[in-house]
Formats: sequence, C-alpha cells, structure tokens
Amino acid sequence: MSWTRVTESENIPPREGRTVRFGDLSIALFNTGERFLAVENRCPHKGGPLADGIVGGTTVTCPLHNWKVCLESGSISKPCQEGIPSITTYPVMVADGVVFLKIV
Amino acid sequence: MRELVVIGNGMAGVACVEQILKFQHDFRITIFGDETHVNYNRILLSSVLAGEKSAEEIVINDIDWYVANGITPRLGVRVTRIDREARIVNGSDGSSTPYDKLIIATGSSAFVPPMEGTDKENVHVFRTLDDTRALLEKSRPATRAVVIGGGLLGLEAARGLQVQGCQVTVVHLGDRLMDRQLDPAGGLYLKRKMRNLGVKVLLEKQTTHVTGNGHVRGLRFLDGEEVEADLVVIAAGIRPNAQIGRDAGLAVNRGIIVNDHMATSDPHIYAVGECTEHRGEVFGLVAPLYEQGKALAAAITENPGIGFQGFLPAAKLKIMGVDVFSAGRIDDSDPEVEVVCYEDRALGIYKKLLVRDNRLIGVILVGDAGDDHKYAAWLRNNEDLSAHRKHLLFPPSTHDAGLDAAQMADSETVCGCNGVTKGTIIDAIHTYGLSTLAQLKDRTRASGGCGSCAGMCTQLLKAVAPGFAEEKQKVLCACVPFAQEKLKDIIKSQKLKAVQDVLDIYGNGKGCEICKPALSYLIDVVNCGEHDEDRSARFINDRVHANIQRDGTFSVVPRMRGGITTPAELRRIADVAERYNVPMVKVTGSQRLDLLGVKKEDLPKVWADLGMPSGQAYAKGVRMVKTCVGTQFCRFGTQDSISAGVELERRYENLFTPHKYKMGVVGCPRNCAEATVKDLGLVGQDGSWQVVVGGAAGKGVRKADLLITVETTEEAYEASDLFFQYYRENANYLERTYDFVERLGVEKIRRDTVYASPEIKRGLIERLRKSKDRSYDAWTERESPRAFQFVQIQIGSKEAVLA
Repeated sequence: MSWTRVTESENIPPREGRTVRFGDLSIALFNTGERFLAVENRCPHKGGPLADGIVGGTTVTCPLHNWKVCLESGSISKPCQEGIPSITTYPVMVADGVVFLKIV
Repeated sequence: MRELVVIGNGMAGVACVEQILKFQHDFRITIFGDETHVNYNRILLSSVLAGEKSAEEIVINDIDWYVANGITPRLGVRVTRIDREARIVNGSDGSSTPYDKLIIATGSSAFVPPMEGTDKENVHVFRTLDDTRALLEKSRPATRAVVIGGGLLGLEAARGLQVQGCQVTVVHLGDRLMDRQLDPAGGLYLKRKMRNLGVKVLLEKQTTHVTGNGHVRGLRFLDGEEVEADLVVIAAGIRPNAQIGRDAGLAVNRGIIVNDHMATSDPHIYAVGECTEHRGEVFGLVAPLYEQGKALAAAITENPGIGFQGFLPAAKLKIMGVDVFSAGRIDDSDPEVEVVCYEDRALGIYKKLLVRDNRLIGVILVGDAGDDHKYAAWLRNNEDLSAHRKHLLFPPSTHDAGLDAAQMADSETVCGCNGVTKGTIIDAIHTYGLSTLAQLKDRTRASGGCGSCAGMCTQLLKAVAPGFAEEKQKVLCACVPFAQEKLKDIIKSQKLKAVQDVLDIYGNGKGCEICKPALSYLIDVVNCGEHDEDRSARFINDRVHANIQRDGTFSVVPRMRGGITTPAELRRIADVAERYNVPMVKVTGSQRLDLLGVKKEDLPKVWADLGMPSGQAYAKGVRMVKTCVGTQFCRFGTQDSISAGVELERRYENLFTPHKYKMGVVGCPRNCAEATVKDLGLVGQDGSWQVVVGGAAGKGVRKADLLITVETTEEAYEASDLFFQYYRENANYLERTYDFVERLGVEKIRRDTVYASPEIKRGLIERLRKSKDRSYDAWTERESPRAFQFVQIQIGSKEAVLA
C-alpha cells in the first residue's frame, strides 16, 4: 500500500500522540520531538489507548497501567515479562510539513 | 605596637589577616581597598549575577568585624605608591601611612585581549561587584549577550546572564571549553551541557573587533565572521596586579616574586594572592590563596613553618547542575600514563582519571563531581592506589560512607568557596551542638558557596554529631536523579519554566511518566502558575480534563460547590446524559454527580451543554468541599457550614496540589460530612471552628490533626490558606496530606503556618493569591481546543479534517 496523508506535522505537538482512525484500525501517531513514529493504538496488556500515554524519548507509557512500549520496535519493555509479543509498528514519513503513514 | 598595612581588601588579603589574628601579634592593622565595599566573596559573583545570591549574602566580613578586631578599613582608597626607604604608602586621597610590615594583596585584573573597539558602550569585564551590578542592570530579556572566554569565569558569567533572560553566546579562542582543565572529550560533554542550557558556543574564534557606533553592535572574528551583540562581557583571563611592586623596585616577573614564606625581595614587604608569583606559578583560584595566607601569617608573626609548598591546579565550575571538576594533569599522551574512564552519554556524565605508577596524576569529572574530594586528596597525598585499583571510579560494594571523611586531615579544606577546614567543622559541631547541614552552614559558612561540598559536610555531621538524623533524600527518578527538594531549588534559582528544559539540562533529556508530571507540578508551584504549561508532560487526565476509564472513555464531574446544586443544573445534567448516551450517572462520595463513559471527542460539547465548571475530579488538584447542612436548616447546627464550604471551594478551585486535595466542613461536632477524615476540615463548634488537617479515609484511615482553633470564619479561612499553600510548597509530588503531616509532624506545621511570623504568613498568602489569579477553569478550553486534542484523525476514504 502507498503512503496515506495524515495531517500537518504541526498538528501534533512535540512529545504528544494522537489517534488516527483508518476504518476499524486505530493507530497511535507520535511526535517524539525529533521524529514521528506510529504503532497500533492498543496496549497488549488491557487494550489501553497508547496515543494518550506520556512520551519519553522513543517510549510511550500506557495511561492505564504504565506498561511501556518502544515506539521504534513495538516491543514491550515493562514489565519485563518474557513472551509478550511486540505490537505492530507503521512506517511514517514527513514531507513538506505533512505526515504520511504506510498502512500495510 | 607595630604598624601592619595591607594593600587590598579582597579575599586573599583579608583571609591572611584572619590568619594573623589567630596568632599572638603586636600589629595595628590598616587595610586599604580600592573598592568601596567591605570584603566579599569574589568567587560567588557569578551566583549574584545568576540571582542565586544577593550582594549582601556574599559579604564575608561586615564592618563589625573590622571594628571588633581593631582594624582600620580604608575603603575606596587606592594605594598609589610605596616608599620603601621611608616605609610609607601613599593613598589616592593624598594620605601617607607609615608601616613596619606591608602586605601586598592587590589581586588581579581582568585581562582584555588585544582587539579594537573595547571602549564602546556595553562592553564589560566581569571582575568586581560593581561589574556585576552593571551587568545585572543591562541584562534584560531578549538582550543578545556575547561572552568572550570559555573558561570557568566566562561560562559562569554566561549562565548568569542567561538566567537574567539574555540570549547568550560564548566565544572561545580554544578548540574546546575550559581547555586548560578539560581533555577534548570532557570539553565536548561540557559543550553539550551548555548547549542544553540554551547557551550558544562558538569555538576557535579570535575576536578582532568590537563593532558598533558608540554602542556595541557585535563582534568580528579573525576569520571574517561576525555575531550580533547588545552586550559584550570579556572574561578571557586575569593578569596579576603587580605594577605597584614593580614601581617600588621589588623583584617582579608576571607577579610579585615571593618565597615559600610569602616574603618579597624586601624583608619588610610580603605579598599574597593573585598578585604573586611563587616558584614560577601564578594562581587564579581561591584555595591556594588560603594556603598562602596561612604561610604568610605564620611567617609575619615569627612562627614560620615549612611555608607555602605550591598547590596542585584544581578547578570547579559553579553552575547549578553542570558539575565540572578538574585537577592535576590533563595530558594523557605519555605512554606511561594509564587512563581510567567512564561515560554515560544519556545523563552526560564523563569521568576520567590519569594514573602513573599507581598514583593519580590527573582527574576530570563532568556531569557528576560528587567524589571530587576523594580524588583531590589522592592527588595531593600522592596516594598509592594499589588498594583502590579495582574501583577507582566507583565505591567498593561494602563502602564505608564515613571513610572519606575519616581519611581527611583536620587541616584539609572541605568548603573551597569559604575556606572552611574539616577541623573547623568538627569543632563547630561539638562547640555548638550542630546536627543539621543548615545549622552547620549558618555557623561556619561551609557549603554556603557553590554547595558542592554539601555531601562531605553531611558525612562529617553523620560521623561526629550525636544528634544527626539523615535528611531523607529520595531521588525523583532515574531520568533526573535529584531529590524533589533539590529540583525545586534548581527550578527556582535557574528560573526554569519548562519540563523539557529541566530534563535536557539536569536529566537524560527524555523523562518518563513518573518524573514528567512531577516536574510539571514543581514548575507550576515554584512559578505560581506563571509559565507556559507543557501539556505533553502531563498525564492524559490533565490534557483532556477528564478521568480516563478502563475502556479508554472518560468520566465527567462538574463542579458543585459544597455539594449544592439547583433544579436547572440537574435538568441540564440529565439532558446531557441522554443526549450523549452516557452509560452511567452516579452520585459520588464527594457529593456530586459523575457522568461515566463519555467519549473523548464528546468532552468539549458535554462541557458546553452542562454549562458548569470543571470539578477537577481527574486532577492532582483541588477536588471539592463536602458539607453538612449546618445552621441553614439543621436544628443542631452551630456554624454555617454550607456557606463556609462553598467559599473554601471557591478559594482553591482550579489549583494544582501535590496529590488530590479534599476538604470537608461540618457545622457541629457530629461531623456528618466526615471533615475529620479529609485533607483539610473545618469543624464548627459553638462560637469557634476547629481547623483539622491530614485526615484520610482511603487506603488507610487517619483522623486529622488539630491545626488550630479559631473564633471567626475569616480566621478559619486564613488558617486553611496557610496550610494549603504550605502543603503545596513543601510536600513531595504524590504525597497526600496524611503522609505529609505524619512526616513533618503537626507541631512543625503549626510553627511554619499558623504560628509563623507575619512575614512568613504574608509570603504564603501572597504566593497563593498569585497562583489563584493565574488559575482558570480547564473546561473553558472547549472554546479553543488545541489541534486534535479531543478528536481522532480520520484517514483513508476521507481526507483528514482539522478539528
């Protein structure tokens, strides 16, 4: 699939996330302050909305129970339990001040 | 009596006189100073510039000291000539003063490198209190200030100007900052720290011109580049003030040449401090000057010991949060030199030791200089490191915390800023029964300068003071490893107004869900709300002003002051619940109504339709006041609890607190609204109110402590105000009042609030008012939501639409 236009990059303030809906799919799009990253908007723990979490560097903390998700890899870094599968990440591109997502 | 004349009222001269006073002597002492001030601590001028200290606070010896010790101060008088034949000094006021012994302590002057245009207005050096005052006068927000010189003084000046609001650039000739004290890697770490502070750094720039017409406009460099400037500060080094010695025919090279007993080539004349040259070395730091002063005092009172034996170069940068310490050699090119190194890029910590033949010969610490005393001692004592070799940069696992203190000799200086030795500190602890760091600072001035020796002072207290109780210092979190108390100091003194700035400068630049909300709170309370809130640092509840539920929806609780509502409000609430298909409406334990299960995108519309203010039921902030009916209807009521409750809620609503803050007001001791298990409660009695604090009915149950009993409702409000603001300023983030009151004890809280001096009370109330004036109902944000603050971005078939 090709790149899909999302919004102007200035609409997502530094170190905040926003929810992007694509049909039934909910994606959490983040501006880490240095770049834009996107993961599925569902914490593997209890389904919390990751887009509402606090961003520190490239990690987001789920607002429900503080699970931590790496926005680059989708891996779960806390709690340090083995065997929690990573969540889906989505490629993001910023061109001319506009954010694009690639939803495969 | 013999006449002793001292030329120079600076740190070296006066410290030397203080030493002389400790010996038996027969001198009548006169001190000439060309500045009009009494003796002050020059190395703390940067703290004055940064607004951390006032000019009064850096005075070392006030005028009483001169009087008490029979010393004649001649301030504002410059000594123009020494007549060695007649043993007379001539002053700029035309006076002649005879001497038997003379001490030259003229210090040094700012070195101004050769360049054109330094006579322009707004070009300053940074050397004296008057220079500092002039700089304070001229530094305004948005002033473009350029500091020439990236050494200790230049960097401290830069930071000071920046705290005053200037946009600051440091221009340095060398290829790295503090190039005489740091290696290239250390310089890079320091540069990163300075950049994080917001100071621009230009390296390898030789300034040739100060440009501008009358007023400075900018600088031009040898490579042709230019920078714009409204204010230029030259901090490019110092030159000994040795001319007076030269004119008098003394042996002078760069400085006035002295022997180990600080005598010059004339046996009646001594010299001390930055104006001297000892074994080919001149000194520009304070610690060796104290040593020189001791040697001189011993010699002049005819108690000569071994004299001054030189001093290892050691330097410490005094910028809060930017630790830099360097001592000994920095060159590691010699193949015999072994390097031991530690780096943590995220936290900006760099430590490097140079070792030869199992002896420390040099140390560089950037980002964490907590162990500087240990390394300085190893260097000075030429310690055999065989026993420490495996843990040079870290303490061994069974580290004896008191070991460093125990290994120190009594004569060793602990506080370099104020020249306080270990022996002095131990004496003071015993003599005055000191048991806290604050008392020690009051009594000896130790740790009252840059504060970097606070750790060592605490160790000494711990080792010696019988009444020592360790002050609990829990670090906020690994991202920004300081105690909250310290962070508050940093935010206040460094005038920080953004969470990310604190993280960039003092932490790992990232932050997490623990430290970010805490920093948000600290910045809010320190600045009394006068700052631009960084919404990204707050928990989602505080970003959308509602309480997130397990399914990602939100709960909405409008404010219902004192639990009082109207039929019209109830109708609107009912309409909203139906219109937005709210799955549940619940009466809360706080005498209000909760609409549960509201979608985020509906929040602004729900608020608008309710037409009521936010109840802050989601925030670490003021929740509500629970009331009983009181005298308005209740036949047992003795006080009007409803009016008092509504007023109390109005006083504090919309303010943030370290943790949630719930109140209760009851009209009689039957306590129907459970005021004694609230953070603050007013319990009405016949003719008086009891103000109770620190109650809890949560995880634990705690009966509130009585703060005070007062006669009028106005007095009850005042006591509430005082406790409320005191809690806001002194509790740790996420510390409920019941833990806070337990930790401090209600006696202390009483002393600091209701029984405090009128001045302290006024301060608390004023800061509360200031915060309150800037607070606002968060739900008014429905009128001007930030981009996609509440809505989802839809993509795919439809193009994304802006909110």
